[in-house]
Amino acid sequence: MNEASVNGSGPVSGSFAVKIGLAEMLRNGVIMDVTNPEQAVIAEQAGAVAVMALERVPADIRAQGGIARMSDPAMIREIMGAVSIPVMAKCRIGHFVEAQILEAIGVDFIDESEVLTPADETNHVWKHDFKAPFVCGCRDLGEALRRIGEGAAMLRTKGEAGTGNIVEAVRHMRTVQNGIKRLGTLGREELMREARDLGAPFDLVQWVAEHGKLPVPNFAAGGVATPADAALMMQLGAETVFVGSGIFKSEDPAPRARAVVQAVLNFKDPKALADISAGLGEPMRGKDIASMPQEERMAARGW
Amino acid sequence: MLIVPQRVQSRAVTSSSPPRAGVLALQGAYQAHARVLSALGCEVVEVQRPAQLEGLRLLCMPGGESTTMSLLLSSSGLREPLRQAIAAGLPVLATCAGAILLAQRLEGDSGSLKVEPLGLLDLTVDRNAYGRQNESFEAGLEIDWTGLPGSSAGGTQLFHAVFIRAPRFQLPGAQVRVLASFQPAGAAAAEPVLVRQGNIIAAAFHPELSGDDRIHRAALGLRPADF
Repeated sequence: MNEASVNGSGPVSGSFAVKIGLAEMLRNGVIMDVTNPEQAVIAEQAGAVAVMALERVPADIRAQGGIARMSDPAMIREIMGAVSIPVMAKCRIGHFVEAQILEAIGVDFIDESEVLTPADETNHVWKHDFKAPFVCGCRDLGEALRRIGEGAAMLRTKGEAGTGNIVEAVRHMRTVQNGIKRLGTLGREELMREARDLGAPFDLVQWVAEHGKLPVPNFAAGGVATPADAALMMQLGAETVFVGSGIFKSEDPAPRARAVVQAVLNFKDPKALADISAGLGEPMRGKDIASMPQEERMAARGW
Repeated sequence: MLIVPQRVQSRAVTSSSPPRAGVLALQGAYQAHARVLSALGCEVVEVQRPAQLEGLRLLCMPGGESTTMSLLLSSSGLREPLRQAIAAGLPVLATCAGAILLAQRLEGDSGSLKVEPLGLLDLTVDRNAYGRQNESFEAGLEIDWTGLPGSSAGGTQLFHAVFIRAPRFQLPGAQVRVLASFQPAGAAAAEPVLVRQGNIIAAAFHPELSGDDRIHRAALGLRPADF
């Protein structure tokens, strides 16, 4: 927090507290991938707390191949004009100029995303340089803390985007949670070695060991296709759910979008979930991940 | 569904059990309010159904997305019981989207899903009028604690306020007391950012994110009998 700079002086924008503040406001909700203003309107009317503007949902990126880049700013602006909820957009891992452009457009959150083709296989964006908050994917605690160290104000599981298969998101959420629990069992003298093994900044390892949680919200993403998937991730400790291809690659997007929103509200109530899940039509077809070649896995992008 | 303020009061006064405080738990930063209330010794209820409004000493209406919350207020069946409970005197601390939900008049509701406010706070609230996230900010505020219960506890220290895609408060009615103001860049004059109208305290900013519990403490001092 920038307490010193605030008391007795003018307003401060772009601080870490302000960035995390928006992540806090998005908690207990659903963030939906949309590719045009019409889809953005369907998402907003279903009760989404934010939309992610992108040209192709992950399932199409997967199917069509080629290089996936930041979306056309004109298309992002159209979506920003169509809805009143926050609009997020993706830049490639390490592509800080795409991030600069997204900040200049005024998007509310930048997702430095493995769904796009990485621009830098060594370095992620130094996110502290930006006023706009960043969300990044993670598979385990070490990756989560590295991204926070670079300035991410929100995390999400990587999952395996565009598959409609929740198995990787579950793995990543459990792995992060187990890493946090493990830190709580260690003595102070054990934390340095743990930081080394995690490849994580020591001060953040100490912080998590002391508080028993991450310093920023952790959302679920990658493979959510049904209301039950969304509720599963919430019960596993996700603080909000991203749904990428799962809504607009399903048979009937609008009712499914509404159902996922209701499922996040009622995530602990199986009877409500039964009603919410009924009669939604076909979910997205989905993909088995175990049989997928390594080079097709998006979660392995970034480190 | 009846909410009787007298019961709220008698519980608070005669019972030695911890005060029961609610957080409207439809969407948004309600856990942040819950943490502050727990630290102040409250038993915290996450309110998602009408029956959970009973016996509350205070309800916090959190920040988040007002469109989403407005929709869920209707689908959960909470809308009318909540409106009646607040109209009957349930003390409320509403922050950001919570204040939007209470407003009598809304501006800037430009999206495809309109907020249907409860119409209990005599104020014009302009949604997201400070701008998008790039315009979110922190600022130190002077608060007029004399307009709140336990005014002597407020002190003179500035309140560290976090504004996130904040609404602007305009045209407060005669019953609305302005407790803190802020002059946004380009505005002709300072505008209200913290107000009180009887049993309602409303902030355009997020006291639950500041690590400063003075506003929550004051809100817990609200009594239905005070107004």
